[in-house]
Parts: sequence; structure tokens; C-alpha cells
Amino acid sequence: MSATAFGLCGAAAAGLGLYGLIIDPQPLRKLLAFNLLGAGAFVLFGVVSRRGAAATFSADPVPQALVITGMVVALAATALAVALLQRLFDAAGATALDAETMSAGRDARDP
Amino acid sequence: MNIVTNTFTVLAITVGVFFFLAGTVGLLRFPDPLTRLHALTKADNLGLGLVVLGLVPQADAPLGALKLIAVWLLVQLAGATVAQLIAREARRGVSQA
Amino acid sequence: MTIVFALDCWIAVLVLAVASWTIMARGSFAAVVGFVAFGLLLTLVWVRLDAIDVALTEAAIGSGLTGALLLGAASRLPEAEFATQAQHSLLVPRVAAALLSAAVAGVLAGGVLLLPDPAPSLAPVADANAVATGLGNPVTNVLMAFRAMDTMLEKVVLVLALVGVWSLAQVRRSGAHPLPLHRPDRDSTLAFLARLLPPVGIVVGIYLLWEGADHPGGAFQGGAILAAMWLLVMMAGLGDAPSGSRGRLRLALICGPSVFLTIGLFGLWLGEAFLAYPAAYAKPLILAIEFAMTLTIALTLGLLVAAPRESAA
Repeated sequence: MSATAFGLCGAAAAGLGLYGLIIDPQPLRKLLAFNLLGAGAFVLFGVVSRRGAAATFSADPVPQALVITGMVVALAATALAVALLQRLFDAAGATALDAETMSAGRDARDP
Repeated sequence: MNIVTNTFTVLAITVGVFFFLAGTVGLLRFPDPLTRLHALTKADNLGLGLVVLGLVPQADAPLGALKLIAVWLLVQLAGATVAQLIAREARRGVSQA
Repeated sequence: MTIVFALDCWIAVLVLAVASWTIMARGSFAAVVGFVAFGLLLTLVWVRLDAIDVALTEAAIGSGLTGALLLGAASRLPEAEFATQAQHSLLVPRVAAALLSAAVAGVLAGGVLLLPDPAPSLAPVADANAVATGLGNPVTNVLMAFRAMDTMLEKVVLVLALVGVWSLAQVRRSGAHPLPLHRPDRDSTLAFLARLLPPVGIVVGIYLLWEGADHPGGAFQGGAILAAMWLLVMMAGLGDAPSGSRGRLRLALICGPSVFLTIGLFGLWLGEAFLAYPAAYAKPLILAIEFAMTLTIALTLGLLVAAPRESAA
């Protein structure tokens, strides 16, 4: 029963993450929303694991192992994304994903 | 024996939670960062200490109880350091404003 | 409706409230703080789902190291004011995005509600094969023995991400003053913590690695704590982030994947299969792989978060 409640929570967190990913123009906020989306998906794995309790285990260990691997890879991907953003900022003077803002930032930096 | 330890645990954790609540009220209602930090660190450390004290009889081995107390000491250390750093930044911000 | 179920529902509501605040917050710093709080509440969710190893990983890596990484990014990357003014007023994209997100969340929720009952599970298979390794923690069994290929490839992914981060560092023009990572202050409170905490943290990290054989814990959680202690020392200015061109550092970084690969090929050479452990030596081999893995994980995670912005030409 409570696993279902957490499953709905994970689904809603994934939806929130997707909304933030589409809506917010700043890349760092998109990165945060992407991590939120991933966390919601991991909770869904956890619900499947909890429901698979059998044979003296209180939860199925295979989805848990997949989630642990996924969390570490998510950190590595976030670190790579942050390095990309930092390099974009160092090279262009602003961080945004559309051309007008980037040229405006460049003009503001070297008029 | 079991009902005595359970009653002690429930009482200690309730008082600890009350201190956490008091710290949060201080965080929300106090006027500036330094007073908020004071409320947060004092009340939260005492609240955590009471929660740990309540959980110690429930630990299944003396080593478990020692681990709980070690958690409390480490949280105090980290909390005190972070509060110092935030307070220094807050005072620097106030003196520049 | 029991009290425990009501508490679980309350935790779920709190998690969603903090997640909404992370999306709606104005400043990047506030949003990252909300994300760290979201990660800590999610740790409670994992404990309630009987996934203690995952709870440890979420607290250490998901909210701890990711939070440190994103806080650093939020302080170094100023917000693009131009973009926020231009695009916050458009209504139609927001409604369309909200509808799409609601549809995706609805599909996922429908999937949760329609999960088969009785649930299919690999737990009996994992339980039956646990005698092959002699370890008591089923998650460690899955990570190191049954799905060892995934774990080995994940090590390689970590090193690849580090190579990517290093290659994005700007080549320093000779003679230009290098950018410092943080402003080190050798006598501050942070330096006091960085002298006091790492000995305790290293013991806790190695303890988590050792206990991962039979109790919740493991190489990832222990390695993350070791990485956090190293990051604390670097942030307090008591040590510098090593540059990527040092040979011993590179050797230590590939130590984990290469030990894993060597033992895997050893199993192939013995005639059984890639990554098959010979029955008598399973536990010592797994422990050897885990020690090498923890070293690589600690170094890689520490270097990923403390990424240098410049490298020597």
C-alpha cells in the first residue's frame, strides 16, 4: 500500500522534472529538473523492488542494484554537464541555449 | 522492562521533536540571519541529542548505541562549523551593506 | 488506514512540495538548496521502501556530492538576466509543457497502479544463487557477481566522464595567472573541520566498504564518503586538486576498471565465462575488486566535483 503511494509520488516528481526541463530557460535549472526527473524514475524502480519481496528478502535486490548504478552515472553526467556550462560561460560570457541571448551576452562583455 | 523502555523512547523523542519545532519557529520568525542561526543550531542539536537518547535503549547491541552517539557528535561538529561559516559571511554582508 | 501508511503518505506529500519549490524558485542558489533537501527527504523514502543500500547512496551521492557540485556551479555561473525577462511571460508554451508533463506523470502513475499482483521478482533466484559467493548482502551479490558486467562498465563510464571534464578545462596561456579553485583560508573554521573530520571519515568510509559484504553498505557508499573527505581538504585550502597529467594519479584512476577486467578475463581463461569467479576464490576476488573499485570511485568522484577550470598547456 505505501509502496503505491511512493510510486505515485515518484511519477509526480518525474512529471515535475519534465515540466521544469521544458520551461526554464536557464541551463543550470534544466540540469536540476533533469536530476529531479531521474530521481522520480529511480523511485519507480524502488517501488517495483519493494513489491518484489519474496524468499526471506524484504525487497527484490536486482532493481536496487540498478538504481545504485544509475545514481552514480547520473552524478557523472551532471558533472560533465556542469563542466560544459562552465566552458560555455568562459567562452561566451553568458549561459543560455538560444542565439540571441548568447550574442547579447557577448556584446555586453566586449562592446 | 519493555514497556518502560518504550515509554522512555516515546517521551524523549517527543521532547526532541518539540525542540526541533522550536528551532524551526525561530528560523521562520527571527529577524536576521545571526539570530536565526542561533535558534537553529542550539535547538536542533539539543533536539537531536534527545532523539538519540530516546533511541539508545532500542539499539540491539552496545555498539549500535555507540554508533548513534557518534552520529550525534558528528552532526554537532558539522553543524557548529557550518553555522560559524554562514555567520561570518552574514556579518561580512551586513558590514558591507 | 494505519498510522504508518499515513506517515508514508505525508512523506510523499513533503517530497512533492520540496520538488515543486525546486522548480518554481527564483534564484539558482535557492533551487539547488531545495534540491539537496529533496534528496535528503528521498533518503527517507528509500528507507521506507526497505532499500537501505540505495538510501545510503542517495544521501552520499545523490544529494551530497551532486548538491556540492551544483552549489559550486550556481555560485560560479551568474544567471542570464536576458533570458529570464524574455521568456517568463509566454503562456502557451507553459500550458503545453504542463499538459505534456501531466500526461507523462499520468502514464507513469497508471503503470504504478496497474503493476501485476503477485509481483514478479528475481529475489528467489538471487537467494538460491547466494551460496556461490558467500556474501550476506543480496544487493552486493547482485552488483558484484550476478550483474558484475554492469558494474564494470559503470567504472569505465566514470573514468570517461572524468576525461570529458578534464578535456573541457581551458588550456592556460603561458604566463597568465591561474584561476584558484576556492579562496583558501588556512586558519579558518573550515580548516579546523578539515583537520578534524577526515580521519573519522576515512574510518567510516572503509567501515562501510567492509560491512557491505554482509550488511547494507558497499564500495560506492564508502568511496563517496572518502571522496567527500578529500573534497573537504581541498575546499579548506589544505591541499590542491592534483592536475590530470600526473602519472600516479592516472594509474590509480584506472586501477579499479583494470582489476575488474583482469579478473573477468581470468575467469574466461579458466574456461568458464567472462567475469565468472572460480567457486573457491569468489569472496577474496570480490573483496579485491571492491578495494580497487573504492579507490577509483573515491578519486574519480572527488575529481569530478572539484573540476579544474584550467589545465597546463
